[in-house]
Amino acid sequence: MIPVADAIRAAKEGGDVAALVEAIPYLRLLGISVTAASGELIGKMAYSDPLIGNASLPALHGGAIGALLESTAIMAALWESETVVLPKIVTITIDFLRSGRPVDTFACGVITKGGRRVVNVGVEAWQEDRARPIARAHAIFLVQPADDPAG
Amino acid sequence: MPGLVKSLLHSPAPRLMTSPSEKLNTPAGLLEAITQMVPHNQAIGLRFVSLEAERITMALPYAERLVGNPATGVIHGGAITALLDASCGLAVFVKLGAPMPIATLDLRIDYLRPATPGKEVRARAECFRVTHHVAFVRCEAFHEERPEAKDVVAVANGTFILFRGRPHWSAGKTP
Repeated sequence: MIPVADAIRAAKEGGDVAALVEAIPYLRLLGISVTAASGELIGKMAYSDPLIGNASLPALHGGAIGALLESTAIMAALWESETVVLPKIVTITIDFLRSGRPVDTFACGVITKGGRRVVNVGVEAWQEDRARPIARAHAIFLVQPADDPAG
Repeated sequence: MPGLVKSLLHSPAPRLMTSPSEKLNTPAGLLEAITQMVPHNQAIGLRFVSLEAERITMALPYAERLVGNPATGVIHGGAITALLDASCGLAVFVKLGAPMPIATLDLRIDYLRPATPGKEVRARAECFRVTHHVAFVRCEAFHEERPEAKDVVAVANGTFILFRGRPHWSAGKTP
C-alpha cells in the first residue's frame, strides 16, 4: 500500500501528477499518463495492442477509452479540489462518438462544478484531431476536504 | 439459440473461423471464443462465464495490475467499465441471434460501492429491447458470495447501434 495522501500532496505542491499516476497499477497497465501542459491536464493513453477491442477493424476497446476518460477526470477533480483522498467516482456517462483507431489517444477534463464534497467533470478524448473527439463523458466524484475527515 | 451458433459459424467474420473447435458448436463455447479473441479482454483477464436464457455472465478476477487506488487496493473504475461494456455487447449478440457489427453509443455506470479488494467481480447483462437500429442493455456488476446473494458494485445502462446489412466486420466492434 502506497501513502496516496502523500503522493497527492506532493503532486499538488510540485505541480505535477506524473508520480501519482505512475503509482496506479491500472494506469501503468493501459499506458496512461497525465501531464500538465499550458494550464491543462492532458491524459495520454499510448497505443499498445492489448488496448484493442475489435481486432478486425482494428478499434480500441470501449473499456480502455472509458478508463482514459475516467482517470483524466479523476486527476482534474483532484487538481481543482482540496481533497486528501483520490476522488471517488459516483457515476459516469460515456458517449462513444467515433471508433478509436490504433494510435495514441488524449483526453482533457473540465470541471463543470467543484464543490467541497462533489465535483462534476466533463471530459473529452481525441486522437489526431482534437476537434474530432472519439468519446466524451461526464462524471461525478466525491472528494474529501482535509477539515472533513468523516469522508 | 442454435440459430445464433449456426449463423455465426457461417458468417464471413474471419476471426471466428481461425480456430474452429468443438466448443464453437455450443452457444456458450462460441461466446467464450468471442470473448477470448478480444485482446483487451485478455489483457485484463476478462472471461465468459455462462449464458442463461438471454442473460450472459462474465467475470473479472481480482489482480494487482487492475488496482486503481493503491491506498485501498480497490480496482480501477476503468476495469469495471471494460467488464460492463464487454458484457453489454455480448448480451446484444445473444439477443440478435445473428452476426452483425455493433458499436456502443453510450454507457452510463453508477458505482454503488467500491469493489472489494481480492474478490472477483462478475457482471450479468441482458439486452431487453432491440429496434431496427438500436439495442438497449442493462447490466449489473457484483460480487457473488452465494448463488442467492449478490453484492452489487455497479449498475450500467447501455445503448448500441446495430449495423444491419453489414455482414462483414467492416464497422462496429466486438464486445
